[in-house]
Amino acid sequence: MIGNGAVVLSEGAPSLEPLAAATGVFAYLWLLIALPLLGAAVLLVGGRRTNRWGPYLGVLTVSLAAVFAIVLVVSLLGLPADDRAVGQTLFEWVFVGGFTVPAALQLDQLSMVFVLLITIVGALIHVYSLGYMEDDPDRRKFFGFLNLFIAAMLLLVLADNYLLLYVGWEGVGLASYLLIGFWQFKPSAAAAAKKAFIMNRVGDVGLSLAIMLIFITFGTVTFDSVFAAAGEANESTLTWIGLLLLLAACGKSAQFPLQAWLLDAMEGPTPVSALIHAATMVTAGVYLIVRSNPIYDGTAFALTTVVIIGIITMFLGAIIGSAKDDIKKSLAGSTMSQIGYMVMAAGLGPIGYVFAIFHLLTHGVFKANLFLGAGSVIHGMHGEQEMRRYGALRSVMVITWITFMCGYLAIIGIPPFSGFFSKDDIIHAAFEQNIIIGICGVLAAGITGFYMTRMVIMTFFGKPRWPDDAHPHESKPVMTIPLIILGIGSVVTGAALLYWGNIESWLEPVTGIEEKPLAIPTIVLEGITLLIVLIGVSIAIARYRREVPVLAPKGNLLTVAARNSLYDDAINEALVVKPTYVLSDGSIFVDERIIDGTVEGSARLVGGLGARLRRLQSGFARSYALLMVGGAVMVLVILYLARLP
Amino acid sequence: MDAYAPILVLGLLAAGFAVFSVTLTTFTGPKRYNRAKVDAYECGIEPTPQPMGGGRFPVKYYLTAMMFIIFDIEIVFLYPWAVAFDQLPLFVFLAMMLFLFNLTVPYVYEWRRGGLDWD
Amino acid sequence: MNPEVMTAPSIDYIALLPYIIVGAAGVIGVIVEAFVGRNGRRPIQLVLAFGSLIGAFGVLVVNRTTLGLQAEGAIAIDGPGILFMGLILLLAILVALLMSERQLDPAGDAFAPRASALPGSDDERELTTRGYFQTEIWPLFLFSVFGMMLFVTASNLLVLFIALEIMSLPLYLMAGMSRRRRLLSQEAALKYFILGAFSSAFLLFGIALLYGYSGSVEFSVIADALAAEPGQTALVVGGVALLSVGLLFKIGAVPFHAWVPDVYQGSPAPVTAFMAAAVKVTAFGALLRVMYVALGGVRWEWEPLLWIIAGLTMLFGSVVAIAQTDMKRMIAYSSIAQAGFILIGVSTATAEGLYASIFYLVAYGFTTIGIFAIIAMVRDAGGEMTRLDQWAGLGKRSPLVAVSFGIFMFALASFPLTSGFIAKFLVFESALAVDNLGLVIVGVIASVMAAFFYIRVVVIMFFREPVEGSPAAAVPSATTTLALAVSAAVTVILGVLPEPVINLIEQAGVFLR
Repeated sequence: MIGNGAVVLSEGAPSLEPLAAATGVFAYLWLLIALPLLGAAVLLVGGRRTNRWGPYLGVLTVSLAAVFAIVLVVSLLGLPADDRAVGQTLFEWVFVGGFTVPAALQLDQLSMVFVLLITIVGALIHVYSLGYMEDDPDRRKFFGFLNLFIAAMLLLVLADNYLLLYVGWEGVGLASYLLIGFWQFKPSAAAAAKKAFIMNRVGDVGLSLAIMLIFITFGTVTFDSVFAAAGEANESTLTWIGLLLLLAACGKSAQFPLQAWLLDAMEGPTPVSALIHAATMVTAGVYLIVRSNPIYDGTAFALTTVVIIGIITMFLGAIIGSAKDDIKKSLAGSTMSQIGYMVMAAGLGPIGYVFAIFHLLTHGVFKANLFLGAGSVIHGMHGEQEMRRYGALRSVMVITWITFMCGYLAIIGIPPFSGFFSKDDIIHAAFEQNIIIGICGVLAAGITGFYMTRMVIMTFFGKPRWPDDAHPHESKPVMTIPLIILGIGSVVTGAALLYWGNIESWLEPVTGIEEKPLAIPTIVLEGITLLIVLIGVSIAIARYRREVPVLAPKGNLLTVAARNSLYDDAINEALVVKPTYVLSDGSIFVDERIIDGTVEGSARLVGGLGARLRRLQSGFARSYALLMVGGAVMVLVILYLARLP
Repeated sequence: MDAYAPILVLGLLAAGFAVFSVTLTTFTGPKRYNRAKVDAYECGIEPTPQPMGGGRFPVKYYLTAMMFIIFDIEIVFLYPWAVAFDQLPLFVFLAMMLFLFNLTVPYVYEWRRGGLDWD
Repeated sequence: MNPEVMTAPSIDYIALLPYIIVGAAGVIGVIVEAFVGRNGRRPIQLVLAFGSLIGAFGVLVVNRTTLGLQAEGAIAIDGPGILFMGLILLLAILVALLMSERQLDPAGDAFAPRASALPGSDDERELTTRGYFQTEIWPLFLFSVFGMMLFVTASNLLVLFIALEIMSLPLYLMAGMSRRRRLLSQEAALKYFILGAFSSAFLLFGIALLYGYSGSVEFSVIADALAAEPGQTALVVGGVALLSVGLLFKIGAVPFHAWVPDVYQGSPAPVTAFMAAAVKVTAFGALLRVMYVALGGVRWEWEPLLWIIAGLTMLFGSVVAIAQTDMKRMIAYSSIAQAGFILIGVSTATAEGLYASIFYLVAYGFTTIGIFAIIAMVRDAGGEMTRLDQWAGLGKRSPLVAVSFGIFMFALASFPLTSGFIAKFLVFESALAVDNLGLVIVGVIASVMAAFFYIRVVVIMFFREPVEGSPAAAVPSATTTLALAVSAAVTVILGVLPEPVINLIEQAGVFLR
């Protein structure tokens, strides 16, 4: 009798040694999230009263979190390498049928580097925003949303189980949505916000299904227990989980085929593009894949798919970045491409995980630098984003120019700038795995050299092409100081992390590491890569050295396609949006026209109760009833069929 | 199913007879139409004239009809109760009183709110 | 002749006190309508309604440990039964708060001064200008609540049917009582009545077939008969099918959903809230009890049926809601989709599924009340403004209201840290525990499609400039504010700290038979 029966749920994963309990300074781990959350709460709930001092509070909470993050990393360094993971259970969150999901945090080497990136870059961008958003009437709300984002992103990387990660995952999605649409008076911004949200929801299907599948397979969703049991699960299950997680990563990290939203997301204020759509949130997909490495280790197929997706996006983004004339969209294409690099690296398996994260960190710094530089230019040009209307800005924006150049040299990978180390490591690892992947990596590096040089020339060199009434000017110190710090960061982060921070051995306990011998010496490989990059740079110089027309020339087929973001909107429209609406309209047609026989609102057009009632009796309720009879027959048939075997 | 067989046979017979007789009369019966013949009830009483186009009956008509049905159904319960009254425990008496009370409430409501005034 | 042909049944009046309180308050309400003057009625009705609902809830809490079959096995007061009754009473109290609102509509409350007056007639205008109010809706409301309490605890098919009618008949009337858009409202009432009566016929026929099969209307006897003797395909299949149709109709599952959009759109907002929240809870309570207790022995047969219905309902509701342009209709289709998600829990036929369904109903019920509280507030002189584009810019004009509505939308879209997320998680998890991955995949896909239209509302409220003539939300009186605050609080608390409620539900255990 099932009324009394209860299903015995699986007993849970094999018991594990729990993480070291959070003691000492780690007992305050929750503060990391609580600080920005408090800021967000005060700013958003406090209303206009906080208008005056609110933004400063927003900066303060994130800065405090950054300081605390530094304290944490120092304390973590003081622990032996094997014990650098602490857990903290906040409260029992969901509990049903012997199945518990605590709201618990976990700080290990992987989360730690993310926490540092998020809080430090986040704090700098907060400071920068004080200047950038100075004249915005809704400045307080902006800082509230930014704080909310920081809190959600920290939750995402600190969660110790997939369910809590999902909370952070949706939280950053929400914050991103609110911030893309922040300038809601622009219809394009509202549309972009919606698009980002919907496409992310498609990715979220992947994550929710992956969590469900993890739950049935392992009976738990806690990272530790899942990963401990991952070795024993069968390969096809792991492949499915891996592919679903990849789908999630594609949504959040704007990877093919869910990449379309990122370009539109540039409708948000530039600090948002820098923080969320370049440095942190869009890399969450890479985090997810690297965090789930024990699952991917058991499934070669899913890993290969990850590599392929990474390579496709890497080229896709680079091509789009080469053709866009809007400086932010060009940078967005570049972000897509660079994240493609990381995803590709993550797909290489244990050879690549570390370098995916390494590149993620350096990219986080230099891309934030580039975006804030672009923001400074846009600010100085009174909102103009077309690079064709820039030119020769190096003379009027010296600091912006110099810092931008740091970011530029970092992204194209000129030694000793930070991108050199991380990108070369990825290319190196790719060659270790498979020569074709390696060649793809080198080629993409060449294209990176091309589009970034194009951007720099069009913006800072050549002749001025701005209209006469534009008065470009250097930004205020509140904006340039973060730029300078990030510029220095673009120079040193790579070397510092590699040689001083020893990132490989730091991450090794989480990701594992593996090296294969390589036929060609490292130095030759680096030389070849550099050569290809320089070829890309030279082509750009050759093409854009001369006059740049203010109106874009017609261009060849590829250029036009790339300018239109390779028609991703049209493709989405044709493949997803149209069919959905056709389906919906079709269902409505069946439901309202055929069954109801009336169009909504016709009741108001038809005067008089009698007429209305006659129409009513002449069939509508009757056709509803007919539908019910049909349904009853369906029920009978189903029941009868169910009884047959 | 066996128990239902006679019912089925009876039903078939009845249907057959109905079809047979209706068909037969159309062929054999005399056809003399006059005013009374085409009336709805063929008995000389004219049905209540209905306005063309679906006019409305006074709502009081329905009120009265409903009142009739309520008390009609009350009888269905009261009759067996009254017949077996001496064999029933006190509980049943009280239950019936409660039933009657509950029936009286809407009656009183209708009466107080003018549902029984014809005009 | 025997001196006594029957013995008095043993009835524990204390255990039945919650029913008696609510039912008696309804009867007294009718008497008040008959004898008290026009101006005195409303305060008395309010006291009766709130007093009886709160009183019944209190008695229920005090009685919570007296479990057992009551009234000769006709009523099963068990853990889930008490939970359902408690939930219904709480929702009813919130609905009553919405119904007593008199500040939003300049002409008074949400209900027609006399529902029988011809729409647009002189009669009606005169009644309005003279400031008449009707208070009959209160006893009707109490009768309906009484029927609901009986419906979720009925342990006997006849009581089930009677309870269904006690619940439904007042609802048909209440649906037609809207003060504004009278035609739409009357159409809604008539359609609801006709189709409701039609579905009752199905239910009754199903009852007859099951009685024919087992020789009894009691759930436990039917369950035993099904367990003992599996033959008689026609009677069992027919009985189960028709009974399910009757219950699925009340739930609004596809393909028995056709009435939902029309009725939700036409009814006054508080009544729609009542139907969307309390009726759905009730119908699911009864469905769960019938399926788990009476028909548990043939669950292999109705499980696939519920899978198919659940899948259809989720997909259909979500897809059609996307193209809606009217807020009430959109919410109606959304409530159809939500019913599909709850059906996932029901279809598992496990204790976990039962708990998950109950939790989902708690979450859904409160969220729904909040939604309709706000729908009633967004209005102009002509009544509620339910066209979606009229909500543009609400975030600017009434930020607090828009934010609350946003929370409800996010909850329905099962966003984390709202009740909807936990609810969906529990339901999916219960289906996974019985290895029904297919249904979960359909569910996740449907919930993503559903997210689209929930988010669209948020976009419209916050990211669209207000159009000419789109108003701010009217300022409601304290009663609506209270109902709204409670709903919003429950929606958030159940998302952040669901554990106490989950524990409460699990402690309630399973159905008695």
